[in-house]
Amino acid sequence: MATETQAVERIHTDIPSVLHCEKMDKIYPGTKALDQVSFDVYKGKVNVLIGENGAGKSTLMKIIAGIEQPSGGTMTMGGEEVHFPDVSAARAHGIGIIHQELSLFPNLNVYQNIFMAREITRHKVGLDNAAHIRRTKAIMEKLEHPIDPLTIVGDLRVGQQQMIEIARNLIQDDLKILIMDEPTSSLSEQEVQVLFKIMRELTAEGISIVYISHRLEEIMQIGDFVTILRDGKFVASAAVEDIELSWIVRKMVGTKKSYPQRKEAVDWTTRKVVMRAEDICLPKKGGGWLLNHVSFELKQGEILGIYGLMGAGRTELFECIMGLHPEHTGRIILDGKPIEIHNVTEQIERGFAMVPEDRQREGLVQTMDIGKNISLSSLKRYAKGIFLNKRAEDAAVDGEIKDIHIKVADKRLPILSLSGGNQQKVVIGKGILTQPKILLLDEPSRGIDIGAKTEVFEIMNHYADAGLSLIVISSELEEIEAIADRIIVLSNGIKTAEFTKADVTQDKLVLASYKGHTTQKAS
Amino acid sequence: MSLELNKKQKNHSLAMALLKGRTLIVLALLVVFFSFASPNFLTANTMLLLAKHVALYGILAIGMTYVIITGGIDLSVGAVVGLGGMIAGGLIQNGLTLQFAGVTLYFSVPLVVLITILVGAAIGLLNGTIITKFGVAPFIATLGTMYIARGFAMLHSNGATYSNILGNAALGNTGFDFFGSRIFGIPVGAIILAVIAVLSSLLLMKTTFGWHIFAIGGNGKAAKLSGVKVDKVTILVYIFSGVCAAIVGIITASQLEASHPASGETWEMNAIAAAVLGGTSMMGGIGTIGGTIVGAFVIGVISDGMVMCGVSEFWQMIIKGLVIILAVIIDQFQRNMEAKMALQARNESKDETPEGN
Repeated sequence: MATETQAVERIHTDIPSVLHCEKMDKIYPGTKALDQVSFDVYKGKVNVLIGENGAGKSTLMKIIAGIEQPSGGTMTMGGEEVHFPDVSAARAHGIGIIHQELSLFPNLNVYQNIFMAREITRHKVGLDNAAHIRRTKAIMEKLEHPIDPLTIVGDLRVGQQQMIEIARNLIQDDLKILIMDEPTSSLSEQEVQVLFKIMRELTAEGISIVYISHRLEEIMQIGDFVTILRDGKFVASAAVEDIELSWIVRKMVGTKKSYPQRKEAVDWTTRKVVMRAEDICLPKKGGGWLLNHVSFELKQGEILGIYGLMGAGRTELFECIMGLHPEHTGRIILDGKPIEIHNVTEQIERGFAMVPEDRQREGLVQTMDIGKNISLSSLKRYAKGIFLNKRAEDAAVDGEIKDIHIKVADKRLPILSLSGGNQQKVVIGKGILTQPKILLLDEPSRGIDIGAKTEVFEIMNHYADAGLSLIVISSELEEIEAIADRIIVLSNGIKTAEFTKADVTQDKLVLASYKGHTTQKAS
Repeated sequence: MSLELNKKQKNHSLAMALLKGRTLIVLALLVVFFSFASPNFLTANTMLLLAKHVALYGILAIGMTYVIITGGIDLSVGAVVGLGGMIAGGLIQNGLTLQFAGVTLYFSVPLVVLITILVGAAIGLLNGTIITKFGVAPFIATLGTMYIARGFAMLHSNGATYSNILGNAALGNTGFDFFGSRIFGIPVGAIILAVIAVLSSLLLMKTTFGWHIFAIGGNGKAAKLSGVKVDKVTILVYIFSGVCAAIVGIITASQLEASHPASGETWEMNAIAAAVLGGTSMMGGIGTIGGTIVGAFVIGVISDGMVMCGVSEFWQMIIKGLVIILAVIIDQFQRNMEAKMALQARNESKDETPEGN
């Protein structure tokens, strides 16, 4: 039961809590993903968790499901303290989870997926496949998706796969808590309604559901209690019947932080358009669109922000511009001339550069030293004949290190000896060294501390003032509001809004970022 | 406190220096050991013979090092050695018969060498294309071409050996024995190894192409996003490996004065072993030609030294295997230590900049 009183707005209810999390902490190197978060799962209710990307929702769920271990705090079930060192320990306590990304085995069939690691056996040895098939049929009937148990899961549509994922958890006899991390993100409207019906049946049976979703209307429809997290901290919780959508938005957004601001007094109408994108479309595997007729323009010396939720198509837009999806349709017009996009190398030569979202996986070559990571994209500039001119390369690298204040003792040290913020600056430096006309930055402030964030924004400001055009993706409202001259919002692959710095507010951004889903529903 | 830290760091760097030079240290120890075990070991003659042997898989190992740095593997090189020898030998002994024209062409030795190298390049191109354009894992792709190349080597003579490959003055194709001969007492094979080693080391360390190879093996995705032409570079690397193998095919046929279709069998394993002993990471992204050459000499010294001591071939295999495994274990140890030192450096710099929290 919730006994805390220090928070301003907290649920007051007599409904018993099946699981209580008390002051949970989760520390990753460099960031605190969860900071003293307390959370209750009320029996037989839909407990909604909501917050911006990176607010800590998924981390909290992973701790409850035994996937991650907390750095601090306690969990109690029925008055007893519990520890979940792994998933099976959580499962033994009746906790099941449906992941945001599907975690099925596409190479196996339906019943194998459902009974994976909880197989029914005869004499503890032989698999009882007849029982597997029988029970699979029964559960799929209940879910109103009578799929043949022998179908290979990889052949199913994503929505059907989601149903298998749910069935996997329902097969558990003593299910007490079912965690659903954005289960509707890949479902059609009809499938969502089936899912809600199932959820109501489950709650009627006394099963508690923890529900994470980005679709605000859904929460009003299905949720009983809502808890809001921001930056890894608890913000507020309430019973859904007591609140309105605007309350949620207000709590999600929070108060302002201070970032270096862009100058507002620029007459953009006189600036030349550097790039224009027209009707960019990118089909999604298995139907639908990752990008649905997105058009925008970018002016000289401008920082254009792209706001949107995860999966809204922001990264895909960058990938289209950089030549990673030559199959996209629509036109990109650079300096007044339409261009054909074939591959990354060509795009870099044309004056595009990108700072990818995932620094470790896409930005850095971990086996190379700091200097080489900076010069990698522009090595050709320092070649004399076939050999590299080391002096020219070193001069360029040293200049870049100085220009954007990368703190390095020696550029021959391994790249992993730098802090996250300095690693990010290396990736940005690599892009700038190619002398681009347009620099694309995908979540440039992710996973770095506030000091480094400010420095990254100062670098962006500096180069924009020098005439470079930048497009920056960010999930953080304060950030994008501060750094961008103009912001477009993507939602579900659709451009839903465009704001200038003068008329943008965080509420408007949040509302626009959910609009694409509603539009889909209407169609 | 900081003094203590400094001392610790000094110990670390000494340990690192020893670790980094370990293959060279092992080589020196082996040479010392065998010179005591067998008085004939440390003589000019033995050393030159050793160089002649090492030249063969040394050259293979250079090509292999390139491939492994990209994160791949080339199992076909041994078979290409066999095929290369057969093509060179066949062209000299029997010429090229054009059935439709009813003539048999005999090529001069430089032309024979060129054709052989082109065949090696073609197999490399095939490997690279299968791997990059069709997305087949390097292990499988080159396993396939290994069988294909070996099959063609056998087909070339129906399994027979070409034993008359010194050419005929009347046909103007003499001189193939040059590659097995000596200049100023130094085996030509060893000279070729030295030339290839120097050139390929420069190419790897001093050119854009070389650094792109490191980038692909270190993080292919980041390399692509940085504008590296991943497919093109990868294909060129496999071509290079194929060319190295064809050259070895020529040298070995010349040394034996005969082309045998089974020659070069399992040599790909020696090449991989030499590269790994020399510190090339099987994960890709790390490796040097110098290290590989030292690795090749370690294998050579073990083989030749044990032969001179009268150790049976079977024991040689067992000892070679142990040395390779030990080398990789030490390699792993070094990597962990480097990672630890990098993290330590990172934490220290964090302590110095208080705003960095």
